Amino acid sequence: MNIDYLIFKIVLIASIFGLSLLVAMYATLMERKVAAFFQDRYGPNRAGKWGLLQPLADGIKLFFKEEFVPSSADKLLYILGPSLSMFVALLTSAVIPWGTPVVIGGKQYALQVADVNVGILYIFAVVSIGVYGIMIGGWASNNKYALLGAIRASSQMISYELALGISIVTLVMTAQSLSILEIVEQQKGMHWNAFYQPLGFIIFTICAFAETNRAPFDLPECETELIGGYHTEYSSMKLGFYLFAEYINMFISGTLISALFLGGYDFPFINDMGFSQNTLAAVHFLVFFCKISFVVFVFMWIRWTLPRFRYDQLMRLGWKKLIPIACINLVITGVVVLLTQ
Amino acid sequence: MQLTNRSKIVSNKKMTFVERLYFPAIFKGMMITLSHFFAKKATIDYPKEKREFSEIYRGQHVLKRDDQGRERCTACGLCALACPAEAITMVAEERLPSEEHLYREEKYAKTYEINMLRCIFCGLCEEACPKEAIFLTKRIVDAEYSRDKFIYGKDKLVEPLELDLRIDISKRQIPEVLEFKKDKTQRHNK
Repeated sequence: MNIDYLIFKIVLIASIFGLSLLVAMYATLMERKVAAFFQDRYGPNRAGKWGLLQPLADGIKLFFKEEFVPSSADKLLYILGPSLSMFVALLTSAVIPWGTPVVIGGKQYALQVADVNVGILYIFAVVSIGVYGIMIGGWASNNKYALLGAIRASSQMISYELALGISIVTLVMTAQSLSILEIVEQQKGMHWNAFYQPLGFIIFTICAFAETNRAPFDLPECETELIGGYHTEYSSMKLGFYLFAEYINMFISGTLISALFLGGYDFPFINDMGFSQNTLAAVHFLVFFCKISFVVFVFMWIRWTLPRFRYDQLMRLGWKKLIPIACINLVITGVVVLLTQ
Repeated sequence: MQLTNRSKIVSNKKMTFVERLYFPAIFKGMMITLSHFFAKKATIDYPKEKREFSEIYRGQHVLKRDDQGRERCTACGLCALACPAEAITMVAEERLPSEEHLYREEKYAKTYEINMLRCIFCGLCEEACPKEAIFLTKRIVDAEYSRDKFIYGKDKLVEPLELDLRIDISKRQIPEVLEFKKDKTQRHNK
């Protein structure tokens, strides 16, 4: 391993880490702005131009809030909960291919921290740990609402991860690979998986909503019933970590949906425009980022359109609708793959 | 008995397959929210932009001066008596001969305070005033950080001496009001 390769990877990791945090910060502003626009309002516009400094103000406010730990809480787990959520949320971005390789000094560098050949499995493993942050936090708070939120979160995750997994298996069957980079490369030239796997795409998107605890599946934290759910007892930056983790998760889900189903950094005619390789990498990254932003916008759009599911409706949708449909989709895809080979 | 024509008959019909898919309905809902995304906003950017007020809006009070710059208020206390919220207090003082250019009547209000938190902006003080001294204007009472700042004294209530800085209340002085105030058969106009 060369030293310049190592330096490039460290720089890449640092920039992706920074980017995730920055995106999460501005996703909060975007959420508030989008919510406001959907409700015929202007949203935050006091701090800076168009409220651009609002996330900073929110962050400073969170830092100066009292660090409250309930006297009956399990101190260690209480701190571990939000830390784990944040840690896991930041882990997933490691296997995402952000663009085609760049050339620096005659050498090629891939815009991906690690091209793990089981990238999809890695993401699933990591995302599944994510629910532990919520569960531990909710349990350690020693509060009935927090506990209810945590239980809801864990059962919801289990129900939706199955359908999510099956829809991914379908995708892997057609792609014949578990590497995300390879799946993205296969979709070049508008052969997006969303066109070939519309059912899988819809199932994956619905499950992504559920996995990120976003409306209409935000039962773990629903304010009206559970006064905040698992983070009822949290304040200051610990609460900030939970909220941040949620926004990072949303960003990562957007990234996954774009990478697996919307062609990643692919865009029509982009390879025929005659860009040099570095420009192409930059354009690819920009295209990818636009796709992610659009998916995140759709996440918010759905949130401000649909009301929250009732708990039994949530379970029925997960177990009785999505899983059978995903299975049928799996069987049909299997037959088609077998016949076309 | 039918009270309005807005009642609708409840229908419990089975949903069709397409309806049970929910996707058309969700898509329709998303289109509705999207149309609001680009719609004209209902709120305004308040301190920079202000809504149009009625000319006879009942906002912050003003204590008027007459055309020679003398305070019209004679501290009779009728406004305080009329006030349903008991927001007005005043201390009366007798005018000295040297103060004739300051006060119109031989008695004047040494202090005159309105508690803007108590005031309900009903305008009864204005109706009660026999000297046309107090009027409500279309100015808004400012927001403050502490309660005591809301007790407005004469420094904030009496209008400036300069003629061009005087507060225009002609819109509230409709002919009927003027006529009514001239009516000496009314006890409080005497």
